[in-house]
Amino acid sequence: MTRQKFKVKPLEYDLIRQVLGPKIQFIQGDTACAYGALLAGCTFFAGYPITPATEIAEEMSELLPKIGGCYIQMEDEIASIGAIIGASWTGVKTMTATSGPGFSLMQENLGYGIISETPCVIVNVQRSGPSTGQPTLGAYGDMMQARWGTHGDHEIIMLCPASVQESMLLTITAFNLAEKFRTPVLLFIDGELGHMRSRVIIPEEDEIEILNRPLTTVSPEEYQPFKANSQSLVPDFAPFGTGYHTYVTGLTHNEQGLPRTTSAQIHTQLVERLANKILHNQAEMTFSEEFYADDCNIALIAYGIAAGTCLDAVEEARKQGIKVGLLRLITIWPFPEELIALWATKVRVIVVPEMNLGQMVHPIKEAVAGRCAVQLLPKIGGDLHTPAEILKVLEGLQL
Amino acid sequence: MFCVIIDENWCKGCNLCILYCPTKALKLAERLNKRGIHPPEMTDENICNGCRLCELVCPDFAVTVEEEMVVKR
Amino acid sequence: MKKAEELRKKFLRKEMFPTIFCDGCGIGNVLNYTLWAMDELNLDLDKTVFVSGIGCSSRLTGYVQADGLHTTHGRALAFATGVKAANPDLTVIIFTGDGDGSGIGGNHLLHAIRRNIDVTVILVNNYTYGMTGGQAAPTTPLGSISTTTPYGNIEYPLDVSELAKAIGAPYVARWPVTYPYQPIKSIEQGISKKGFALIEMLAPCPTAYGRRNKLRNLEDSWQWYKDHVILIEEYERTMRFGSEAEQIALKDKVKIGVFQDTERSSFTEQWKTLVERVQVKPVKIEQMAQEKVLV
Repeated sequence: MTRQKFKVKPLEYDLIRQVLGPKIQFIQGDTACAYGALLAGCTFFAGYPITPATEIAEEMSELLPKIGGCYIQMEDEIASIGAIIGASWTGVKTMTATSGPGFSLMQENLGYGIISETPCVIVNVQRSGPSTGQPTLGAYGDMMQARWGTHGDHEIIMLCPASVQESMLLTITAFNLAEKFRTPVLLFIDGELGHMRSRVIIPEEDEIEILNRPLTTVSPEEYQPFKANSQSLVPDFAPFGTGYHTYVTGLTHNEQGLPRTTSAQIHTQLVERLANKILHNQAEMTFSEEFYADDCNIALIAYGIAAGTCLDAVEEARKQGIKVGLLRLITIWPFPEELIALWATKVRVIVVPEMNLGQMVHPIKEAVAGRCAVQLLPKIGGDLHTPAEILKVLEGLQL
Repeated sequence: MFCVIIDENWCKGCNLCILYCPTKALKLAERLNKRGIHPPEMTDENICNGCRLCELVCPDFAVTVEEEMVVKR
Repeated sequence: MKKAEELRKKFLRKEMFPTIFCDGCGIGNVLNYTLWAMDELNLDLDKTVFVSGIGCSSRLTGYVQADGLHTTHGRALAFATGVKAANPDLTVIIFTGDGDGSGIGGNHLLHAIRRNIDVTVILVNNYTYGMTGGQAAPTTPLGSISTTTPYGNIEYPLDVSELAKAIGAPYVARWPVTYPYQPIKSIEQGISKKGFALIEMLAPCPTAYGRRNKLRNLEDSWQWYKDHVILIEEYERTMRFGSEAEQIALKDKVKIGVFQDTERSSFTEQWKTLVERVQVKPVKIEQMAQEKVLV
């Protein structure tokens, strides 16, 4: 068989813009995610209704047929993530969206997506838990589940926007990372951000970067589906239906994709490569935002919607002469240890406001390694931290 | 003339081919193969009529019926 | 009529053989019949995707020289729905077992049939969870011994084919592996059928099920099927015209044959129609700006 020259379908930007409507809109965070997916080139969504993520499914069900894509409502979240992985193997960009309980259900197949190196995006619009909890209220209680929810040794990429506009743009980033590194990527917002309406500006075509999964250039006889490029550690992809006869399995496999479950060597090679695929390329996927980084002795490290509150508090504190800086984490996983360690050398104390009882504070403490104090500001029950609350803490910390 | 060839790497000794051969052209060999089973082999009477039922019922794809005058091994 | 050897060369992933199946395992028979069916249909392996879950039956995808998706336990239909919906030009064939397909996978089976996704499910029913050593499965007959029913199974078994028929699958058939020609025909019909097709294959598991239920010997196993199966038509005739004794004897019998063969528009057909109705014709950005469509 001869080599295949795969044709990558270019983004139909004009069609997408036509379908999305006016350039400036007042929309919810959930809707912004759906817009971002379309702008990223997503043509397949499989999902299941769950508060507060249902709107993403509703939006996709309306938008996708207009661009010739496919929306399918599955019978549960397990089937949803299964369907998007299956669809991704035909070469299309796929997404699903859920909340905490649904995300819990998705864990097994998420592991499958990781070991099969399937690009796809999973949005979790977090809600107050555990269990059914407070369905309509926001929380950030799944931060650790994102990292360790699925069994076995693995790395994961997870991004946390802090505004409606960013929800749209980071969805595009999530797709790009999923494609480039051939891995499921998680995008976590929460019920507040998901249902909050804000002004968004749809980016122009030249403002968007679109990345696609690396496609193989060798013939089917030469092709080894899971032999990774030695630099990127990412194997080249061959879509189903193109004659490459790829065997994809969740079992430990060799470079040919065939099961080799009794070899410790092959298992170690595979699992370590999958982890290094993320860790060695960490710089490309680590995003953050810093305020007053050079001139602070107290630091706030925040993510998600709490970061907005923090910024407000920081500006007020600065007016009072408190030397506080803010580090907003956008990439949560892989965890930016070096960045945290760097900030730990600059300040006396790091304050971590979280809409949970303390999840990210643990890797933060680990990265700080005793260089400074770390104080957790937990808040659960659905209310956001207020700027006044945070300001009070900062005032109390000031020497 | 038909010849039934058994691939001993794939045969697991289920004996379906022997059981369901309509002309009773197959039997268990005396010897044991490296799997520890008696593999099937043709009887001395050479009465295989080429119906290929053995090929069809073998769950391990280990049976091949060749239409040949002389079997070269 | 192709030589068996040619079929193997064309369809099998040689480097995976010999199979992991035990001696006498019916799953190997199912694969054999599937190959003949695929050959009869002249199936283009480049456009065929095989999907499976977890279990002995689900290992079948590893033996076919085509795109294969060996997924998680019970979820084959969910992944397969994604494959087919994203690329309707692909022929999707699913290998699953009774535990994988109707136990943990029961819900996905239900909904795949309900939405009539155009796939063919070949469900190998050996009355047990074989891969894990022989636990009772949803189809295990009443009274059977298994590793988790050491005193005999007290739960009623599920009739997967009747269930599929009731939900409305356009093609449902059940055959034991003891009759080669009918399964080959049914698998052909199933793959050709527009919409969901189920071919339930009754297969012996001599090691896990047979050994505990006086059917370890393969000849006994095959004889059991021959003694206990009855064609649907014959069953129905006996129920209408048979004597009381004959009707009572039917209680032990397993119905085989084609349960349903109807027409019903598939999910991909319906979706295509919907998209044609709703799809927006692309207009250049400049033109949109001119017409003040985008502010």
